[in-house]
Amino acid sequence: MPDDIILDVKGLKMYFDVSAPLISRMIRRTSKQMLKAVDGLNFSIRRGETFSLVGESGCGKSTVARAVAGLYTITDGDIVVEGENLSKIRDKTKIAAISKRVQMIFQSPYASLDPRWRVRDIIAEPIRAFHLAKDKADERQQVDTLLRQVGLSPSDGEKYPHEFSGGQRQRISIARALSSRPEFLICDEPTSALDVSVQAQILNLMTELQDDLGLTYLFISHDLAVIDHISDWIGVMYLGRICEITPQPELFKNPLHPYTRLLLATIPDLSGETTHVPLEGEVPNPINPPTGCTFHPRCPYANERCKRERPELRRIGPSEVACHAIEEGRI
Amino acid sequence: MKSTHSMTWWDRFRDHDITYSFCHSPVTMLAAIVTLLMVLAAFGAPLLTSYTPFEPGSLSLMDAFLPPAWEPEGVSQHLLGTDGQGRDILAAIMYGTQVSLTVGMLSVLLSVAIGIPLGIIAGYFGGWVDTAIMRFADIQLTIPPILIALMIDGITRTSLSSEVHEVIAIPVLIVSIGLASWPQYARITRSGAMVERRKDYIAAAKLIQTPTALVLLRHIFPNVVGPTLIVATIGVAVAIIIEATLSFLGVGVPPTTPSLGTLIRIGNNFLFSGEWWITFFPALTLVVLVLSVNLIGDWLRDTFNPKLR
Repeated sequence: MPDDIILDVKGLKMYFDVSAPLISRMIRRTSKQMLKAVDGLNFSIRRGETFSLVGESGCGKSTVARAVAGLYTITDGDIVVEGENLSKIRDKTKIAAISKRVQMIFQSPYASLDPRWRVRDIIAEPIRAFHLAKDKADERQQVDTLLRQVGLSPSDGEKYPHEFSGGQRQRISIARALSSRPEFLICDEPTSALDVSVQAQILNLMTELQDDLGLTYLFISHDLAVIDHISDWIGVMYLGRICEITPQPELFKNPLHPYTRLLLATIPDLSGETTHVPLEGEVPNPINPPTGCTFHPRCPYANERCKRERPELRRIGPSEVACHAIEEGRI
Repeated sequence: MKSTHSMTWWDRFRDHDITYSFCHSPVTMLAAIVTLLMVLAAFGAPLLTSYTPFEPGSLSLMDAFLPPAWEPEGVSQHLLGTDGQGRDILAAIMYGTQVSLTVGMLSVLLSVAIGIPLGIIAGYFGGWVDTAIMRFADIQLTIPPILIALMIDGITRTSLSSEVHEVIAIPVLIVSIGLASWPQYARITRSGAMVERRKDYIAAAKLIQTPTALVLLRHIFPNVVGPTLIVATIGVAVAIIIEATLSFLGVGVPPTTPSLGTLIRIGNNFLFSGEWWITFFPALTLVVLVLSVNLIGDWLRDTFNPKLR
C-alpha cells in the first residue's frame, strides 16, 4: 500500500565540501575534497511505525535526520514525505504545510532550547509560526495542554530553560515538537545526553505519545538497548550507507550482516559466556572511503569482489541486507 | 524556595545574582552613586545653578579669576572660583559634563547600532559576507579614532562656514567617535553569533520556516547582546576621554558650548600664572567620571563572566 508510506528516501546523497580555500588548493595543486556523509541511502517508513537508524559515531545518522527534516540542501536523491518530494517543492504554502507535519527532537536538551526565552514562548513558537491558535487565550490553553501531556505543569511555562534538569528539558523539546500537531517526528539521539533512569522515562513518554497521537518516528541512536526498546524497524548504518534493514525482533535473534554481528558482539555481557572476537581496525575516513563494500577492510569474510563491487540491499527473509558474502552463501 | 511563578518582578530582582553581587561590592556601589550624582548634576544643571556660564551677557569681568571659596580671596557665591571671563567654574563643569556625557553616550549608541548588526550578519552567514565585513573592520581598526575624528572635523571645518560648523560641531564629534569604534562591537557579536548559529535551537527555528531576519532578531540578537553591553559601558568612558582629547586639541566642541575637555584646555593657559582651579576642577571631574564608569564596566564584566566568578 503506497499511501501507507509516510517517508520514502531514495538514493539520498549528502556530501560536504571540506576542501581547503581556493588559493591554498591552487598552491598545493590538490583537488576539491568531499566528505561523503551519506552516500546512497534507501529506506521507507510506514505510518505509525518507528524506524531506527543505528551505527557508530560519524556514520552519518544525524546527517540523515537533518536532511529528512529539510535542514540541508541534499546533494542527490529524493526525500518523499507523504507523496511530496522535499527537494522539488518551491511553493511556500506547501513547504509550510509539510514542515508543520514534520518536527524534530534534538540530541542536546541544553542547546535545543533558546536560553533567553520562557518555556511558554518556546513551546508556542511553532503555534505562532503556523497560526494554529485563534487568539492568545487559545494559545495559552494549547501550551498548557502540551505541558501536561509531557508530564510538566502549566506553571512551568513561566520559567526559563536553565531552571530545568536535562530530562525535563527534553520533555519541553517534545512538547514544542508536538505543538504544531505533527504526524512525523525525527528524533536525533533524544536520550543519549540523559541519565539511564531518565532515558527510560523519556522513551516511555515517547511510546505513550505514539500510541495516543498515532505518530511516526524516525529514531536515531547509537544505543542498541534504546533501539531495541522503541523500534519496529531498524536500519544499521556504516559509513554513510545502510548495510541491513531488519524488523526489531530479528536484529538480536538473527543478525545477518557482518557489521551488525560486530555491533551486537560489542554489547557487554555479564554472564561471560559469549566469547569476544574483537574486530580489527577503525571506521575509515569518509572523505576517502574504501572501494566496493566500505566495510571490507574490517570484514572477516571479505574477498576480491567485496573490494571491487559495491553491494546493494537484497531481501533475505524479512530483512534486507547489502553483503556479497551473504548473497553468495559464504556465511 | 518560593515557586518562581508567584514571585513579583521585585522579588525576582532582589533574588537575582546580579543584585546580590552589586550589594556585595562596595566599590561598585560607590561608583554607581557617584555616576548617578554626576548625571543628575549634569542634566539638572539649569535647575541646580542660577549661573548661565555660556551666555556672555550674564557674565561680569569684575568676578574674573576668583579662587575657590575656601581660599582667602574666594567668595561663597563662586564655590569653585571663576575663570578669566568671570564664569562660575562649578556651573561650567555641570554644563560641561552634560556635553561630555551626551557625546560619550550617543557616540557609543551609534557604534553599537552599526557594530551589532554587522557583527551578527558576519557571524551568522560566514563565508565571503564575513570576510568582507571583518576585513573592512580591520581596516577601520588600523586608523586610530582620534585620527578619524580629526579627519572628519577637518573636512567639515573647511567645507562649512564657521557659524554652521559651531552648530553641527557636537553631532560631527558624535559621528566621528561613533564611526571609529564600531569594529569592537562587531567583533564581539560576530564571535557570539558564530557559536549560537550552530546550536540546535536555531535549527529548530529554521525547521518551522522562521524567516532568517526573525531568527537573527529573536534568537541570535538576545543571546549575543550581553557582552556587548559591558564593553559599551567602558566604551562610554573611552568616548568621553576621546572627546576630551579632541576638545583639548581644539578640534572638538567649540568654546561657546564647552565640554570638560574644552574647560581643561582653557584652564591650561592659566596654569602657570597660578590660577590652578580653572583647569584642576574640570580635570578632577573628568577623572572621577571616567573612573566611576570604568569601575561599573569592570564589575559588569566580572559578574557576567562565569569563569571569573
